Amino acid sequence: MSSDSRLDTSKVATTNGTTAATASKPGRAGSLATWADDRLGLATAMKKNLRKVFPDHWSFMLGEIALWSFVVLLLTGVFLTLWFNPSMGHITYEGSYDQLRGVGMSESMASTLHISFDVRGGLLMRQMHHWAAMIFIASMMVHLLRVYFTGAHRKPRELNWVIGCLLLLLGTLEGFTGYSLPDDLLSGTGVRAADGFLKATPVVGTYMSFLLFGGEFPGEAVIPRLYIIHVLLIPGILLALIAAHMLLLVYHKHTQWPGPGRTEQNVVGFPMLPVYAAKAGGFFFMVFGVIAIMGGLMSINPVWKFGPYDPTKVTAGSQPDWYMGWPDGLLRIIPSNWESVIFGYTISWNVMIPILIVPPLMLVLLMLLPFIEGWITGDNRDHHLLQRPRNAPTRTGVMVALMTFYGLAWAAGGNDIIAIKLDLSINQITYFMRVAIFLGPLVAFWITRRWCISLQRHDNEKLLHGYETGIITRSPEGQYAERHLPIAEKAAYTLTARDRDEVLSVEAGADSAGVPAPGSRAQRLRARLSEWMHGHNVQKPTAAELEAAHHHAEHQAELQSGLDHPVDGHDFDDHRLRDADEVPLREH
Amino acid sequence: MSNDENGRGVNASDGTPEPYGDTGRSSSDTYATSPVPVDNETVAEPIPDPGLGEHTWRPTDVDPKAEKRAERQIAAMFIAAMVSAVLFVVAYFTLEIGDNWDTFAGLGASTVALGVTLGTSLLLIGIGIIHLARKLMADAEMVEMRHPAASPPEDREATVAAINAGVEESGIGRRPLVRNTMLGAVGFLGLPGIVVLRDLAPGDALDIDRLAHTIWEPGMRLVRDVVGTPILASEIEMGDLINAAPEAMFPTEENGYPELHGAEEQVEKAKGAIIIVRMNPDDITPAEGREKWTVDGIICYSKICTHVGCPISLYERTTHHVLCPCHQSTFDLADSAKVVFGPAARPLPQLPLSVDEEGYLVAQSDFNEPIGASYWERAKHEQRLKA
Repeated sequence: MSSDSRLDTSKVATTNGTTAATASKPGRAGSLATWADDRLGLATAMKKNLRKVFPDHWSFMLGEIALWSFVVLLLTGVFLTLWFNPSMGHITYEGSYDQLRGVGMSESMASTLHISFDVRGGLLMRQMHHWAAMIFIASMMVHLLRVYFTGAHRKPRELNWVIGCLLLLLGTLEGFTGYSLPDDLLSGTGVRAADGFLKATPVVGTYMSFLLFGGEFPGEAVIPRLYIIHVLLIPGILLALIAAHMLLLVYHKHTQWPGPGRTEQNVVGFPMLPVYAAKAGGFFFMVFGVIAIMGGLMSINPVWKFGPYDPTKVTAGSQPDWYMGWPDGLLRIIPSNWESVIFGYTISWNVMIPILIVPPLMLVLLMLLPFIEGWITGDNRDHHLLQRPRNAPTRTGVMVALMTFYGLAWAAGGNDIIAIKLDLSINQITYFMRVAIFLGPLVAFWITRRWCISLQRHDNEKLLHGYETGIITRSPEGQYAERHLPIAEKAAYTLTARDRDEVLSVEAGADSAGVPAPGSRAQRLRARLSEWMHGHNVQKPTAAELEAAHHHAEHQAELQSGLDHPVDGHDFDDHRLRDADEVPLREH
Repeated sequence: MSNDENGRGVNASDGTPEPYGDTGRSSSDTYATSPVPVDNETVAEPIPDPGLGEHTWRPTDVDPKAEKRAERQIAAMFIAAMVSAVLFVVAYFTLEIGDNWDTFAGLGASTVALGVTLGTSLLLIGIGIIHLARKLMADAEMVEMRHPAASPPEDREATVAAINAGVEESGIGRRPLVRNTMLGAVGFLGLPGIVVLRDLAPGDALDIDRLAHTIWEPGMRLVRDVVGTPILASEIEMGDLINAAPEAMFPTEENGYPELHGAEEQVEKAKGAIIIVRMNPDDITPAEGREKWTVDGIICYSKICTHVGCPISLYERTTHHVLCPCHQSTFDLADSAKVVFGPAARPLPQLPLSVDEEGYLVAQSDFNEPIGASYWERAKHEQRLKA
């Protein structure tokens, strides 16, 4: 910061008008604001929030993509409801699309075809809606990964993490109910499978299926019911949770990356008004624009090619939307004949494990991650500075393991496509996946953690010995050495601006009589987990180590070069900078 | 970073107050007095925080030419956005829709034009606004102090006191009879809440025993699934697979089956679907009690997968294997449709066949077990059917 208490911003945007930007007498807007504040009293809350500071980093934009694609979903969705008829009444299609004219189908399928072929812009809106849904869910997932990898889920933001996980769950359900609505052959197959999942639920499953479908599958009730869930129930909850997510974000203030002047107790960045309002508002238009172009140029869910749903038909390569793929993959790799009959009742382990047990368990695990980590570290402090993924090797490894599990399960959900495209045996892919789903995450964890630790070592190298200049010097004795130069002070500070990890030890494991203290078993477990989590980490150098290393480096430099200026590699050619004495130190 | 006497943020390294620093809440309401610790000391060692750097001005801040250029760029984007919006309207009224969804590079010309013009307009507005923010709006970084999420201790105490006072004054703790009956009354409201959903499947639509039966009955002809014509045993070639349906799905005056409508028709269609294959009778591994269920190597199974209910469809005639395209359960049709691969747990139910006096394939009876996906009561239903 400059030494002035305030930056002189008067020279900014001077040409925007001919008069000064200072307010003269209150105009119409002013009197409107007075009128409103007399009744609402918002000025007190707005005075500090209008200029609220948000830190800047590209990765903070991922959640924004999710938010704006949700807005696009609301807008395009309302457009679609103007024509969509969520009815399973059977009619004969008489619309524009030749190949299905005269074919019997439900009214929901027929109205979907009507939107696609007889409403101008209808197909565009349908495709935008579908693409926006995919972007919504994908950006939520990437946003979740960003938050976790950088430690933004730590206290005080654990509850916002839980809300985010619920948003991901609801977004997925919203996607499923949405793509089921056209009642085409592909989505109907998905609903058929969902009926099988419901029926696999112990005790109440059969009744759940009958109540959802209004009797036996497929009935004539499920599409109208999914419709109201899709357009009212889930969007309502989504809106409420998004509002809570954003309010907590504002209340906690956004996390920031460590760096010069950025501390745990401040937030450095740009004000909401005007910079963030403009950037976020502009970004809304960009997300909207990209989705519009995708909707115009990229075909998605062409239901007219699938045809209407018929419970006796199916197409090869039937796949759910990608975000439903991983439970489907688990469903595919369960070995044959996992079903038992106990006291005359059927228990379908082959459906329960991959659909009713593992996905909910994974969601619960995801929601508990911040609390598990908090318990292991015993860290009760508030955290507002982000961590680089390498500086939490175990945590990074855990998420990469989860990602590997997800990815393998997802790939298993496309085992038929992989078999065809890569000319492999579907049986062998399935056998491979049965093993890989267990081994893959372990291997991924181990590789990631070692990788992080070696990156930590690299950071310490840079701090202690400087960066590699690429300049090779030869001593009079003929010894070659690469010149290292210290990194800039700010870069060095940024690298060291992190906590030292503490490995917890067991305190007071037993009293004087040798009786274990209550809870010491939990403490021992915690100590072991703490050792597992932090024991291998590389800590940043101490002041003494830095001092010694710099002393050593200076000595080395003297011995090596004997020059009176930093070496820049151009000592003996004509390309030398005129002011070589002021060669800037690299900013990293 | 610390606070000066006015509570304003002070940069530790040079002691200058932070620009625009706003503590928002009262100065006591910071981490200094918070019950929740925040730790900046471990971050700022071994290298002390050098503090925020010098602000660097952008070309648009100091060079009127660059400023003008940025202004023109932004305005040009906004004008182009307007043009694109007008083009959207032009495309809307000029381009035909209907059954020409693949006129332009495999896509509908109208959809492409509308999408591209709308998207371009939106993108240009978005890029223009962001360009404006980056080039012409003030870009001085500001510093704001954080506050702990936790309330100050005195607020916590006051809240606890208020809750205690409220509970005390309500007397609810002293009157367990009132408290317990009130909780009970509200809890009992769950009953109407659940019961009222009973008629989601009204009347005997909730009769789950229907899952045990299909529309097949003794003597019902097997018909081709699209056209509904009965199938002569003699017309099936070796290795053929035929998708078929019960004749009752195609009622005529001749066969005398009642008309089916709406949901009922869909349900019976979904349950009655079958596949018929003909293979060398010697290839068939005869199952106990099913020796007379085939006609000259013609064998018939339910088409509905026993895993989660997809219709199976992919037949490999050399191995007699049939594969469900949903989750790749594979059944050996020559061996009672036993599961040879994939997640399914049970063989496909077999429909006992014979021929009528005219030589058409007919069912000897309904399936002797429930078809399709498993469900909780399935084993009971199967027991009852086989008894």
